[in-house]
Amino acid sequence: MRTPNNNRPPKGARMKGAGAKDGKKTIKRLLSYLMAYKFSIFAMLVCIIVSSLAGVVGNMFLRTLIDDYITPLMTQENPVFTGLLQALATMAVVYFLGILSTWFCNFTMVTVSQGVQKTIRDEMFAHMQTLPVQYFDTHTHGEIMSHYTNDIDTLRQMISQSIPQMISSAITVVAVFSAMCVTSLPMTGFVILTVIGMMAVTAFIGGRSGKYFVEQQKSIGQLNGYIEEMVDGQKVVQVFCHEAAAKADFDKCNDELFHNAKQAHTFANILMPIMGNMGHLQFALLAMFGGFLAISGISPGLTLGSIVSFLQLSKSFNMPITQISQQINSIVMALAGAERIFALLDVQSEADDGYVTLVNAEYNANGELMEAQSRTGIWAWKHPHKDGTVTYTLLRGDVRMNEVDFAYVPDKLVLHDISLYAEPGQKVAFVGATGAGKTTITNLINRFYDIADGKIRYDDININKIKKSDLRHSLGVVLQDVNLFTGTVMENIRYGRLDATDEECIAAAKLANAHGFIEMLPEKYNTVLEGDGSGLSQGQRQLISIARAAVADPPVMILDEATSSIDTRTEALVQRGMDGLMKGRTVFVIAHRLSTVQNSDVIMVLDHGHIIEKGTHDQLIAQKGNYYRLYTGAFELD
Amino acid sequence: MLKRLLQCVRQYKRDSILAPVIISGEVLLEVLMPWIMAKIIDNGITPGNMEYIWKMGLLLILCCAASLACGALAGKYAASASTGLGRNIRKDLYYNVQNFSFHNIDKFSTAGIVTRLTTDVTRIQESYQMIIRTAVRSPFMLISSVVMAFTINWKLAFVFLAAIPILGIGLYFIITHAHPVFERVFKTYDKLNRVVQENLYGIRVVKSFVREEHETKKFKEVSDSIYKDFVYAERLLAFNGPLMQFCSYGCMLLISWFGARLIVLGGETAMTTGELTGMFTYVMQILMSLMMLSMIMVMVTMSKASAERIVELLDEKPTIRNPEHPVMEVENGEIVFRNVEFSYSEKSEKPCLSNINLHIHSGQTIGIIGGTGSAKSTLVQMIPRLYDVTKGEVLVGGRNVREYDLEVLRNSVAMVLQKNVLFSGTVKENLRWGNPDATDEEMIHACRLAQAHDFIMDFSDGYDTHIEQGGRNVSGGQKQRLCIARALLKKPKILILDDSTSAVDTKTDTLIRKAFREEIPDTTKLIIAQRVASVEDADLIIVMEDGKVDAIGTHAQLLESNEIYREVYTSQLKGGDDDANTEQ
Repeated sequence: MRTPNNNRPPKGARMKGAGAKDGKKTIKRLLSYLMAYKFSIFAMLVCIIVSSLAGVVGNMFLRTLIDDYITPLMTQENPVFTGLLQALATMAVVYFLGILSTWFCNFTMVTVSQGVQKTIRDEMFAHMQTLPVQYFDTHTHGEIMSHYTNDIDTLRQMISQSIPQMISSAITVVAVFSAMCVTSLPMTGFVILTVIGMMAVTAFIGGRSGKYFVEQQKSIGQLNGYIEEMVDGQKVVQVFCHEAAAKADFDKCNDELFHNAKQAHTFANILMPIMGNMGHLQFALLAMFGGFLAISGISPGLTLGSIVSFLQLSKSFNMPITQISQQINSIVMALAGAERIFALLDVQSEADDGYVTLVNAEYNANGELMEAQSRTGIWAWKHPHKDGTVTYTLLRGDVRMNEVDFAYVPDKLVLHDISLYAEPGQKVAFVGATGAGKTTITNLINRFYDIADGKIRYDDININKIKKSDLRHSLGVVLQDVNLFTGTVMENIRYGRLDATDEECIAAAKLANAHGFIEMLPEKYNTVLEGDGSGLSQGQRQLISIARAAVADPPVMILDEATSSIDTRTEALVQRGMDGLMKGRTVFVIAHRLSTVQNSDVIMVLDHGHIIEKGTHDQLIAQKGNYYRLYTGAFELD
Repeated sequence: MLKRLLQCVRQYKRDSILAPVIISGEVLLEVLMPWIMAKIIDNGITPGNMEYIWKMGLLLILCCAASLACGALAGKYAASASTGLGRNIRKDLYYNVQNFSFHNIDKFSTAGIVTRLTTDVTRIQESYQMIIRTAVRSPFMLISSVVMAFTINWKLAFVFLAAIPILGIGLYFIITHAHPVFERVFKTYDKLNRVVQENLYGIRVVKSFVREEHETKKFKEVSDSIYKDFVYAERLLAFNGPLMQFCSYGCMLLISWFGARLIVLGGETAMTTGELTGMFTYVMQILMSLMMLSMIMVMVTMSKASAERIVELLDEKPTIRNPEHPVMEVENGEIVFRNVEFSYSEKSEKPCLSNINLHIHSGQTIGIIGGTGSAKSTLVQMIPRLYDVTKGEVLVGGRNVREYDLEVLRNSVAMVLQKNVLFSGTVKENLRWGNPDATDEEMIHACRLAQAHDFIMDFSDGYDTHIEQGGRNVSGGQKQRLCIARALLKKPKILILDDSTSAVDTKTDTLIRKAFREEIPDTTKLIIAQRVASVEDADLIIVMEDGKVDAIGTHAQLLESNEIYREVYTSQLKGGDDDANTEQ
């Protein structure tokens, strides 16, 4: 995006914090979203417990199988298997319950996690629409986008995977641990020792890997930046035969990324075999230790079955513990993401205490202005008063500014003492270098930024009293940087007035001199524009945006460098059309090309936020001041 | 397609082969270990043979160590192979882009090229790692576990044969149903991101037209559709876990039952308690490998789209190539267009340029003027062969441009593009694009000609001032003058300025042209401009209209005879000349 003004606060100055600052508050707020699903969540909790317990019981069953059935049966002459069959049947039921719970839990989880995600996503977008323009000036698009992609995704992962897995792991750990304790205390102690060792190794390798992943991320960022810059200037690269140098620089970035990625992945890859084999090692040591305990008789009551099942138990003990340590990390990350999302949701919406609204109006038999139900072409400000009466003021497009000072950041004034009177039907032009404050003035008129009360009056109404949406409805704005939306040409023009008919849109396009080239497009008005209308030239995009403003048919129009990319001949045609449309209405024009503003009623020359000259073209030329020097080309704009 | 990507493995071939080979060793050990464990239980713990336990325990530890070594080594090779592949693909892609002609560049957007080079390559890299690590591991594990299970007890092992098809069919069913939905969801996701992005870019438009509600509605529609699809697909996936549990629990129960009977009743296929626990381990290993296999399948199909996009860019053939025996010198700055016709795409009905015949002598100054879309830029881009003509021929220095070495031609024909770019780096670094060996004096000279020296010296660091990406920290007029200086450093025979002084004030514009006239009289100069003032003193002015040459002549001639020229002239009745009128 273009920064039309270098006095703006710096973008992207905020750093992203890695961890959540106020975890408790964030969790509480997150819970409030989950409360909408409290019954589902309760049912899920029960299911998680049942399915984890089923798993644990399954593991313990091996011991029962060996000690209570196989060993005694082996001593019998004619073994009877009915007992075993019964036990197995019981197990089957337990397992079945476990499976059922797992399925139910998974199934419900989808609704909960997707539902919460959707609620937050929708809330975020709807809230974003209410934010003041200032917010978008002070946050980069990448930063805002990442709330919709990364932050929401980590949040969903936390709800759908991390938390359930944590719960299930915790239950398993507790159950297995108690089972292990019951089976053999010394062996349990031994297991704890080895688990501590395993965790230490994991932490070490994980840390190394993490360090390189951070490096990798950095290199990716660098490479992306390089590629983007070079590919964007690829035509210049070709024209200057700079390919070899471009390749050499690229290789440097690419090799660095390779190095860091290789290290990061190596450590990450090594982690898995280490975990697995540590488990096997633990098994070997346990078997020796257990065997020693059983045979030496130090620990009486340690049966064969208990050693075997202990060995099995120890395996199911390791897994959940490593899982918990992995999940903690992602939960911390998700909470930080949630905090960022909530921070966005907490940004104050654009204040709007306006109560004066814009209505369609008509004159009644007595010549009084009355509200009308349908579009009449006449608008009026509906002004309710404290005593309950309502007055209607004809919308004429009279804009006055009275000694306006303005600063985007405190103490750095960008506008000083600006006073201007734009009478209905007048064309007011602003001329001046980049950063002189031209765009800022229009930003104040449509209240993208607010100033102290009463300094700007619209049809003699304090604009702070006018409802923002109605104020903006009465202003048509065409900006130099055209933003089109994905959709057909027709839809893009209709964006100006959603209930405009096809004919009205086409008429507007003709007015803007856009009809000609639109007819040349493959599908004419139904051609789908993608990627901000990337198939069109800048000039063509400007013509569409003018048509879009024309179809809105506003009483006051602000043209901010609206014709900068259109050749002078076409511009003259467009201007003729616009002049016809805007007859009797007020137009503010910001332009670079002086030929664009020559026929204005008033031209204001701005310099560093001051109006230094004011008058018609002829008057200003006669003054032989700055405008004259600009005009004669002795002075450079921009 | 796969073959094309595998060509990029190159020096990482060794690592790519070693990784799965070593992994096979790891798998063997991993399959062996439950068997050793079973032995420890049967021959050590059950009879209370401590010596045996020690012996086999040590063996197990040894196996562990060996398996660990294999695993770590394989991990290292896999990392090197996959990140290496990523590096090579990125390199090949970028190198190919460097060979692109303008035509190729137009075909892919900047964003499209960047995504291919970053996100898509990363996805392929991840899939490749997954493939070399698990595509061998899982089937091998599956087979050896089945073999081991059969070795322990072939009767009992038949239980697996029942479970494997159930799991396999179940997974297949889930994946084939969920996958298309996921594909769709990801597309919708792109749409969601697009809506947010367009909203962010156009927030002033949204607010100006008070379209907040309209936008929210648009967003909600996409959001709803994502929700619905995701819930459907994930609900299908929700069967994954239970299915896996069903199979493993089922196997456990069956093995418990049959195993217990075999142990107790003995007979030909008798087995031991240790073997029973071994059996349980193999059940898990087999089912896990199946699960992994299904995951690979999903990942590979998901990265298919990325692979296609990458190959598309890799296989894009540059449309302009060097001739086989190129001419290595451009004699002079003479330019001839003979019956030139040009279209950007074969499909377009109307050519962009048609019936162009021009003869420009070396050293002439030519102005080109015409409305938006009259193909002025297209015309001049034929000269340094940025595009090849569709019909007819373009001659530079008496030879067809196709005969020249591209670098020689483009170094002799310097072009300042309309959408020009400065790169992050110092002023000097940017200027050196024109000539890497330029001395300070040469740079200063070029900058003086382009009227850039004075403002450069006003910068705090002079010629060492850092220019931000895209030249954001200099004004439009300054940027244009720096671009002209950069082109001048090539000491070209032909200099083309494509609307390159639009942001420069008229006075400086005049000075630049004066400098050109005096300092580089032998260079042919083509100046495209919107301002009549920029071209009126040219030797010849070409008026373009709708892809054709409408008229050629001097300022005075055209003012007399050409309507378009006259219209352009009057539409900008300009400055210094007519202030006399206003003063009257």
